[in-house]
Amino acid sequence: MRDALLTVRDLKIYYRTLYGYVKAVDGVAFELRDGEVLGIAGESGCGKSTLGNGLVLLKPPMKYVGGEAILDGKNIMALSQKEIKRIRYEKISIIPQYAMDALNPTKKIRQIVDDLLREHNSSFEEKRELIEERLAIVNLSKKVLNMYPIELSGGMKQRLVMVISTLMNPDVLVADEITSALDVSTQRSVVQMLYEMKEKKAMKSIIFITHDLAVLYQIADRIMVMYAGKVAEIGPTEEMVRNPLHPYTKMLLASLPKIGVRFVNERLKGIPGYPPNLLNIGPGCRFRERCPKAFAKCEQDPPIFDLNGRKVSCWLFERGDER
Amino acid sequence: MSFLVVQNLTKEYPLGLLGKEKLKAVDDVSFEIERSKIVSLIGESGSGKTTIGKLVLRLLKPTSGRIVFDGKDVFSLRKEELRDYYRRVQGVFQDPFSSFNPIYKIDRVFDMVFEEFLPEVKASERKARIEQVLVSVGLNPSQILGKYPHQLSGGQLQRILIARILLLDVELLVADEIISMLDASTRVDVLNLLGDLKKRGMSVIFITHDLSLGYYISDEALIMYRGSIVEMGDTEKVFRNPVHPYTRMLLESVPEVGKKWDLRERFTPELIGGDSASCKYYDRCPIRERHCRTAHLQMVEVEENHKVLCLKAGA
Ligand SMILES: Nc1ncnc2c1ncn2[C@@H]1O[C@H](COP(=O)(O)OP(=O)(O)O)[C@@H](O)[C@H]1O
Ligand SMILES: Nc1ncnc2c1ncn2[C@@H]1O[C@H](COP(=O)(O)OP(=O)(O)O)[C@@H](O)[C@H]1O
Ligand SMILES: [Mg+2]
Ligand SMILES: [Mg+2]
Repeated sequence: MRDALLTVRDLKIYYRTLYGYVKAVDGVAFELRDGEVLGIAGESGCGKSTLGNGLVLLKPPMKYVGGEAILDGKNIMALSQKEIKRIRYEKISIIPQYAMDALNPTKKIRQIVDDLLREHNSSFEEKRELIEERLAIVNLSKKVLNMYPIELSGGMKQRLVMVISTLMNPDVLVADEITSALDVSTQRSVVQMLYEMKEKKAMKSIIFITHDLAVLYQIADRIMVMYAGKVAEIGPTEEMVRNPLHPYTKMLLASLPKIGVRFVNERLKGIPGYPPNLLNIGPGCRFRERCPKAFAKCEQDPPIFDLNGRKVSCWLFERGDER
Repeated sequence: MSFLVVQNLTKEYPLGLLGKEKLKAVDDVSFEIERSKIVSLIGESGSGKTTIGKLVLRLLKPTSGRIVFDGKDVFSLRKEELRDYYRRVQGVFQDPFSSFNPIYKIDRVFDMVFEEFLPEVKASERKARIEQVLVSVGLNPSQILGKYPHQLSGGQLQRILIARILLLDVELLVADEIISMLDASTRVDVLNLLGDLKKRGMSVIFITHDLSLGYYISDEALIMYRGSIVEMGDTEKVFRNPVHPYTRMLLESVPEVGKKWDLRERFTPELIGGDSASCKYYDRCPIRERHCRTAHLQMVEVEENHKVLCLKAGA
């Protein structure tokens, strides 16, 4: 097995509000291995962005409540401002959700890149060669450097953001919903180009976040499914889609459209009900109210059980096999 | 007989400050919809889907062409006829939050339907009717009525808008990306709801950029590219036997669990060029030939109920 680059244990990141804490990431644990793409899936509001942003850009009203995230021997959740500045972008970088719409519209791309690099003691001129090389990987011409963000299409902006956020060759890149606002054909090119960037060592490992399991399937070596701020299940991609363990993963996979299944001959089924409100949420499995297999034990918090490399947080697996 | 007929519909938007140049958002589009059918309108963003939806709802005027509903030209309807049209044809849009006024309770959406279209229904009956339609879209009335929009989820609001359609008992629904904001686990329920409504006699123009959703729910599919329909017909035929290179490219890009893409392949989708060639897909087309630049394009039937706008179709 490859070494762990990032090890997250019992991580808790809450939002402080007037009414109490929104427990958006509540006891999450996983490893990111050297060279892998770890996919994070789950419905909107389950805490994917909170996890990604919390690891890289923690700021109020987000509050680090407990646990750890070890990168290079250090808990990156508990660093001084000075230390954080050094590892952020250089060791662990992020493409936040909606980043492509957040590019400064009044500046040319070259200026945007230069500003960012100067914050990290480098400059556009110093990195010129690398920048041009990377633009070529994502099929953008050098001309974009003299353009304003508004002159680029959505797919072009997203590919540009992929280049900008990895110029320091970080160990870890968190990519949050980078395909979600794009057309299918553009989605595919973005995924393929990100893969090529990794092959060419623009980053070592990727945490790829998306609510779209079908996209995740294309690029992830392993998948972590989250539900309501917790880990539901972690496993190798192919094994997980063939043989999902957690009842939530099973129902989620069954709800996806596939070629061959049409309303006129076969009905897909959704998951009845809604995820719980995470504000001041109490103990117990958070899926229990929607779960067809819930039983008395589910009133207690399930730990994450380890079944030969597959991990699942469900009482059905307390004794290893499914009850 | 088709009850909605769209004939040579064209819509141009003025471009630039002076508006001298024009953008053809919808370019000579023709199709028909029968009763009790779901027709999906599929294409990348900017291909003109929403513009067609708005034209059908009379929210925009066409530059040329006609839309005929139940034998009457939609743009000639006046007063009573127009009110009748909106009793029978309604739209639901992508962002459910924008359809609700945040300062009013949800109930107001329904009250307005009664005031505007169903004044004859007695006040005493109204509550029961509202509760009935809410239940039939899978909502619990006690969790919905009396609430404000921000207290509900996007999926719940989207269902409320469909419940409103049920109250009116509309005959044609224009559904513009209504489930793209919903999660996988709730969007199939909304899709199935549309399917059930179809069985009860309603038709739907189902606008989506998501091919797999269009495939699942619709009877017929219209594939749009830059304002034109490039392929149309029976959904099963269009998806199982795509002929236009654009439809093929779209289908190859649909991600599906269990079918892995080759990540090492180079895939370059967007080479948007000028409008000079007579075929709009010319610049991106892998099978283009010289004469595709200049020859006149016409829809050709490749099999029964399956047409394509491509010179190389059937060749
Ligand atoms: N600034 C905030 N204040 C309070 N709650 C928040 C804030 N941002 C997000 N949340 C809540 O945290 C939870 C997780 O949100 P998020 O991480 O964005 O989910 P995802 O990315 O999986 O859609 C949700 O319940 C959301 O409402
Ligand atoms: N009000 C408008 N003024 C000018 N151009 C518009 C307007 N609305 C849409 N367009 C343009 O028309 C084309 C089709 O848009 P639209 O119908 O919204 O496509 P779709 O719904 O398929 O994304 C796009 O190029 C869009 O930019
Ligand atoms: Mg998110
Ligand atoms: Mg649209």
